[in-house]
Amino acid sequence: MQVEEALLARIEAGETLNLSRRGLLGGVAVAGLLLGAGMPGRVARAQATGGLQHATKVAAYLNIRPDGTIHLRSPFVEGGQGVDTAIAQIVAEELDADPARFTVTCAPPGADYMVVANGQRRLTGGSLSVRSSYAHFRKLGATARAMLLQAAAEQWSVPAKDLVTEPGRVLHRASGRAAEYGELAALAAALTPPADAPLKDPKNFRLIGKPVPRLGMRERATGRVQYAIDLKVEGMLQAAVVHAPRAGAQPGEFGNEAQVKAMPGVHSVHRLPGAVAVVADSFWHARKAVESLQVIWTALSGPVLAEDFSNATMLDSLKGAKGRPGNPAEQAGDVEAALQRAARVIEAEYDAPYLAHAQIEPPSALARFNADGTLDVWVPNQVPEVFQSVAAREAGIEPAKVRIHTPPLGGFFGRHFAYGPGNPMPQAIRLAKAVGRPVKVIWTREEEFRRDAYRPLAFANFRAGLDNQGKLVALHAAGYGEGPITRHFGAARLGNPPIDGSIMEGLSGKPYRVANKRIEYVPVPHPPGVNLGFWRSVGHSMNDFFFECFLDEVAQAAGRDPLAFRQTLLQHSPRHLNLLKAVTELAGGWRGQPFEAPDGSRRARGLAMASPFGSEVATIAEVSIDQGEVVVHDVWVAIDPGQAVNPRIIAQQVESAVAIGLSSALAEEVIFERGEPKTRNFDTYTVLRSDRMPRVHVRVVESGAPMGGIGEPGLPGVPPAVANAVATLTGQRIRSLPFSKTRFGQA
Amino acid sequence: MIELTVNGETRRVEVEADTPLLWVLRDTLGLTGTKYGCGIAQCGACTVLVDGQATRSCSVPVDAVRGARVTTIEAIEKDPVGRRVVEAWVAQEVPQCGYCQSGQVMAATALLTTTPKPDAADIRAAMTNICRCGTYNAIAAAIRQAADAA
Repeated sequence: MQVEEALLARIEAGETLNLSRRGLLGGVAVAGLLLGAGMPGRVARAQATGGLQHATKVAAYLNIRPDGTIHLRSPFVEGGQGVDTAIAQIVAEELDADPARFTVTCAPPGADYMVVANGQRRLTGGSLSVRSSYAHFRKLGATARAMLLQAAAEQWSVPAKDLVTEPGRVLHRASGRAAEYGELAALAAALTPPADAPLKDPKNFRLIGKPVPRLGMRERATGRVQYAIDLKVEGMLQAAVVHAPRAGAQPGEFGNEAQVKAMPGVHSVHRLPGAVAVVADSFWHARKAVESLQVIWTALSGPVLAEDFSNATMLDSLKGAKGRPGNPAEQAGDVEAALQRAARVIEAEYDAPYLAHAQIEPPSALARFNADGTLDVWVPNQVPEVFQSVAAREAGIEPAKVRIHTPPLGGFFGRHFAYGPGNPMPQAIRLAKAVGRPVKVIWTREEEFRRDAYRPLAFANFRAGLDNQGKLVALHAAGYGEGPITRHFGAARLGNPPIDGSIMEGLSGKPYRVANKRIEYVPVPHPPGVNLGFWRSVGHSMNDFFFECFLDEVAQAAGRDPLAFRQTLLQHSPRHLNLLKAVTELAGGWRGQPFEAPDGSRRARGLAMASPFGSEVATIAEVSIDQGEVVVHDVWVAIDPGQAVNPRIIAQQVESAVAIGLSSALAEEVIFERGEPKTRNFDTYTVLRSDRMPRVHVRVVESGAPMGGIGEPGLPGVPPAVANAVATLTGQRIRSLPFSKTRFGQA
Repeated sequence: MIELTVNGETRRVEVEADTPLLWVLRDTLGLTGTKYGCGIAQCGACTVLVDGQATRSCSVPVDAVRGARVTTIEAIEKDPVGRRVVEAWVAQEVPQCGYCQSGQVMAATALLTTTPKPDAADIRAAMTNICRCGTYNAIAAAIRQAADAA
């Protein structure tokens, strides 16, 4: 709770620096489900206004053109998650229009687009978009429809109450008159939006809850979408950069500047904070030149990484904090007394590595200073207002003079928050200023891997106590480290007691009832030279692996089946029991023991649950072992987001999350050696390819609970479900990711 | 001056002979549908057809394609197989972010041109491009649909 309070206070004080997607939800793991029942006072008060303060600003969002097509300016950016379609679908439902006639673009910075967290914030992240703006966009669509009705009423001199709509047109049944929205739009736009346009009765929905076709498919299948990296403006030069091999080093003397300047197409050579750049007439010329530049890297300043830093030293540093008293995120009963009384105590330690986002579109930024003192920036981003503020500071001008353009993203998964030196926009602004022309900076894949904001390497340890009946009577879990919330908001903002939700969610917030429990956070910093980021499902990406695998270890020690063990701990929660029922049904039944598949392979299934981003998820994976490696055949996911807007997009998002979750479990790991990141491209950073993609089966369960998120929740259950299956099959318990470090044998 | 045939047109470009085809397409010819992803022929986002063969253009010097026919995503619907692939991609809602999909569509077109009725192993062998959104099953389904539509 405290996290939200602190962050809200900060936002209200006008602070916009470094806000990342968890800005308001930093404490969500601590708080439980922000948009669910329990809300802290300040948020609850904000909610009293309904979060609908921008919902009648029709002109800011909608432009109905004479031909009846509709341009929707969205607060959110499309990056594969299907948000353009979902928002168009919600608006079209209440507007009574055809969603296929919508084009959606990401709106510029502006107060009218603060639709997240009860109308106070804007970001694309935290699986927040649809659940936070559902009521807003329903009302917006209804308001626009009322204006079209009023326009027709005035034009035809009939009472508005005698008019009805069909998708895209207004009808006066008594006279048989009809007008297309496109014909009425200009007149409607001149009217004052009504404050109280009526909403549809949900039982009459014809779009919400239906698998409305996704927008933008043909453009994406034919290469016609323009991502930031594809953009070009008049007079533009292109730049490539090379960052210091070890963070903190600054560029000193050049050994061959004259030769580099003489290379084809080179315009100029530049020193930047922690990097060098070459500006040229094409990206290839810039890249060749900057990679030929001999640089003497000198004094360390800014975020620094020690010369001996490696994954092993970082893990040692986390493990070194074992036993240090932590800050309680959850507490019930007396865990130490219960552990002492327990018939049996089970202990385990788990860890997970740094991860890169590895979105396929490398970061870029295009900056253009204009004669009137304004600055245009085209940059992949999830927070336009934050980028506006960062750009203004970098350029030394007022934020109002900065226009941020947000093209569709070529994948993001949390990559495109500002992250300080973790994105190329400040470089583009500096270079554009220096050369007096527009400059586009592209980071090569190697530079991207070198300066990504990584999912933190993480460590947790557990102790569980069983009584002599095999009942779980005590649970102690501790998460160690520093998450992107601490890094980008500051430790002082973590509340009291200080809890970094981005390190703790998934250790805390679990639904299982245990009489004696302590879940605690032990802060341990990562070096400043390792940037930390929000990676799809954030803390859940590692913690549900840790927790759900440990729970299987405890079940095994108790001699209980993993499904039955979980059911026992969930007797208080029909929602979770129902989800377990749904996932086992979907999988054709639960199998707690290894078995022989029809193809003769020996297989086993594993189970895991997660409660991420306001949704509830249960996952089953079926695996075999082939030549020492894990083969995942099928993954079944039951997801309960409370209510579904587009079940097909939900299934697509879950399948996508299964892929990236499995990818992270199997082989992903950013490796640091001697203070430098050594995984610099897809040859050494192994992401899932089609040959290891399992079949994915999704069931959407609509419990009617408050709407939860969709983009991330499919992920956290996958690594533990697979690891639990592997343990059942082989007896080998994976406690350190990724799996590729382990060679598996048949049990 | 290097002479190329791109999407059926003869193009003359003033670039060094070792410039990767990818950057000639994107920066010199303005054909930005072909994507840069890794630069080392790993991800396949830059896949184009060179004389009908799926080719990772980031790792092919432009000099090596003199006299060859280069086809990019911009012309894919002019190819009867490519057109079927695009239709299947739309029907199956394959793309998520879409950034890798130009390369995926090119690779699928090359596969279906040489192997009109691919089995699962053919698809797995030919479709090695990375999709970080994990659309692999939808890609395979769309390839089967495009094959059935022939």
